[in-house]
Amino acid sequence: MTNMEFIIGKYNYWIYIVLMMIGFYAMIAKRNLVKKIVGMNIFQTAIILFFVSIGSKKGGATIPIIRAGDEAVNAAQYINPLPHVLMLTAIVVMVSTFGVAMALILMIYRKYRTLEEDEILKPGAET
Amino acid sequence: MIKRNEDIIIQTVTRLLTPFVQLFALYVIAHGHYSPGGGFQGGCILAASFILMAVANDVAFVKRRLPERLTTALISAGVLIYAGIGLACLMLGANFLDYGILHRVLPVDAVKARALATLGVEIGVGITVMAVMVSIFLNLLSAGRHEEGAVE
Amino acid sequence: MTEHAPVLIIVIPLMAACLNILLGLWKKELSYPWAVLVTAVVFGLSLLLMQTVLSGGTVHYRLGGWAPPWGIEYVIDHLNAFLAVIVSFIGCIVAVYSRRSIEKELPGKQVYFYSIYLLLITGLLGITVTGDVFNIYVFLEISSLAGYALIAVGDDRAPMASFNYVIMGTIGACFYLLGVGYLYMVTGTLNMGDLSRILPGLSHSRVVYTAFAFFMVGTAIKMAFFPLHIWLPAAYTHAPSAVSAIAASTMTKVGAYVMIRIMYTVFKPAFSLEVIPMSAILGWASAAAMIAGSVLALGQKDLKRMFSFMLVAEVGYIVMGVSRGNSTAFTGAVLHILNDAFMMACLFLVAGAVRYRKNARNITDLAGLHQEMPLTMLALFAAALSMVGVPPTAGFFSKWYLILGTIKAGEWIFAAAFLLSSLLNAVMFYRVLETVYYTGEPTPKRQGGSSAAVNEVPLTMLGPILVMAVGVLVLGLFSGRIIDTVIRFTVPEGF
Repeated sequence: MTNMEFIIGKYNYWIYIVLMMIGFYAMIAKRNLVKKIVGMNIFQTAIILFFVSIGSKKGGATIPIIRAGDEAVNAAQYINPLPHVLMLTAIVVMVSTFGVAMALILMIYRKYRTLEEDEILKPGAET
Repeated sequence: MIKRNEDIIIQTVTRLLTPFVQLFALYVIAHGHYSPGGGFQGGCILAASFILMAVANDVAFVKRRLPERLTTALISAGVLIYAGIGLACLMLGANFLDYGILHRVLPVDAVKARALATLGVEIGVGITVMAVMVSIFLNLLSAGRHEEGAVE
Repeated sequence: MTEHAPVLIIVIPLMAACLNILLGLWKKELSYPWAVLVTAVVFGLSLLLMQTVLSGGTVHYRLGGWAPPWGIEYVIDHLNAFLAVIVSFIGCIVAVYSRRSIEKELPGKQVYFYSIYLLLITGLLGITVTGDVFNIYVFLEISSLAGYALIAVGDDRAPMASFNYVIMGTIGACFYLLGVGYLYMVTGTLNMGDLSRILPGLSHSRVVYTAFAFFMVGTAIKMAFFPLHIWLPAAYTHAPSAVSAIAASTMTKVGAYVMIRIMYTVFKPAFSLEVIPMSAILGWASAAAMIAGSVLALGQKDLKRMFSFMLVAEVGYIVMGVSRGNSTAFTGAVLHILNDAFMMACLFLVAGAVRYRKNARNITDLAGLHQEMPLTMLALFAAALSMVGVPPTAGFFSKWYLILGTIKAGEWIFAAAFLLSSLLNAVMFYRVLETVYYTGEPTPKRQGGSSAAVNEVPLTMLGPILVMAVGVLVLGLFSGRIIDTVIRFTVPEGF
């Protein structure tokens, strides 16, 4: 396919890759611990975006809510709800990891009085 | 710690809004088994109502209503409801979480039993999620210090 | 009830973790007996499951009664059942051991400790019994989150070590999730059996290559495969003693099990080893892991840190055996999963005992300890022999099969890497044992027979250490039987 179609036709993948790499960079390169956790959130959100976007179907499929009165369900009219359900679980995991990481940051702050990684890793930094 | 907020507008609006937020959360939990919604979503909204109370008023305001022992007990109670429904299906002879067998115990037919048991599971999940969210918020806020008579 | 064993093995620890919280609100002292009881029941269930698989073949269990691929299915074959027995046994042993050490290291927090411990056991067993790739992600995250929490309550540098583990573990789990997503995109199913039927027709699709790459990197992070092992030494050194023991012996092995499942059950060996040259890639990476782990362990002063680097080398052994592509090496790898779990548990339990009695962490603090803690040091001796690979301990037999497998595959460099790593292990353990047995002041026996008092650790700690040490010997003597009854059936076809 042509180059423009490659970029514009698959824009959901490009967006997810860019977001994921931003989050990944923040997790690794930033020195403040809270910024690392924010990067982790962006990373996981990009993956959620990817999963949800692969559920869409061509031909104007709409969200999977059946209106009252509809009897027969034509599967091609509704987007695939399974990735959405999988991502509910992934969001729960994201929130739990965020909670654990925040608790760890509290423990580290109480011990070291700073949240910059290079100051924490200096030997003898504990107060 | 969040200091006591004397702003009358915020407190009044919160007092008016909170019942509607909680009602909406229950609505979301109750719709989980056949339309968008569910235990996790409803539980988060329910927890958000308590966090709204904590932000608008005082943390002690919420701690009077949800002491730490209660939230800890609610966390286990929700998971036990969920696993208990699954085990009930096991006891009656079907596989784990095979809700159709519950029509022998409940006065409905097999298809309706599945829907009702899913609702039961969603309620359990909602209780746990609400208690966990409020517990995380209060723990992070008070940096782990709790009132007297806590679990530790 | 026995036909529900696959799901009871997960539901019982899960409910027990929640009941433990309620019990702890009532009376705190009941947590320890409750945890030991539950882990013992789970061990019994896993033995029952193993017996069912040995007599009847693969067990399929449908959650909710839904047929796969619409429902989640638990598939238990020989490899699964074998790993479930290992994980539940070590879970039970470490639970028995943990009473005194947790009393000393985490006073007053045993309710929460045992709840999270039971959740960790739930997560690990869930990974072993399930037959659905997304379900593995869920249980992987359950066990990882429990692991982060348990490691963070160790000594001074533990929160930072756990934070690094959080960052790297999340990256690993998210890569695994991305692999699941790519596979779902092209096949439309999440069930492992279904995937293995659909994937051979797609073996030249770029999406499948991407999925495979994400799976491999994700599981490599989770099982601390060199060079993605950075989180492991800090995390296991600073964790509480019981947590180091259970994490070192089971969490990495379960990660290796996930790699075996992905490489050989979901993607067939024809894809993993021929279309993608994983044999060469994993071979060189494992050789680097073995050498680097052993060399890095040489310069360590802290006992647990030395053991953690050795664990990195052991993971290298397992992956080397898995990726050779012949049945001898695969047998050696699966046998090494069993042996390494026992050896690592024994080593970390001994390190915890030394910490409990002498409050000491370095190798030099072990001087002359054979008089004060003779049985513990004897267990260390047995585990050391097994790590080096001296017959008739268990380590010898698994290394024998592994080296024989690499020779059969014609890769002499990797066989040399095995031997070099064993030599480095021998050097390190000789240093430790020399400090234990030959330094320190000799007992003045002349003065009426008053020798240094034998001040062993309490029985709840000594018992598990001795069970592990005896187990290392017994497993070695019975390796042949284990291979014939169980491991022979775990080898993928085509090997």
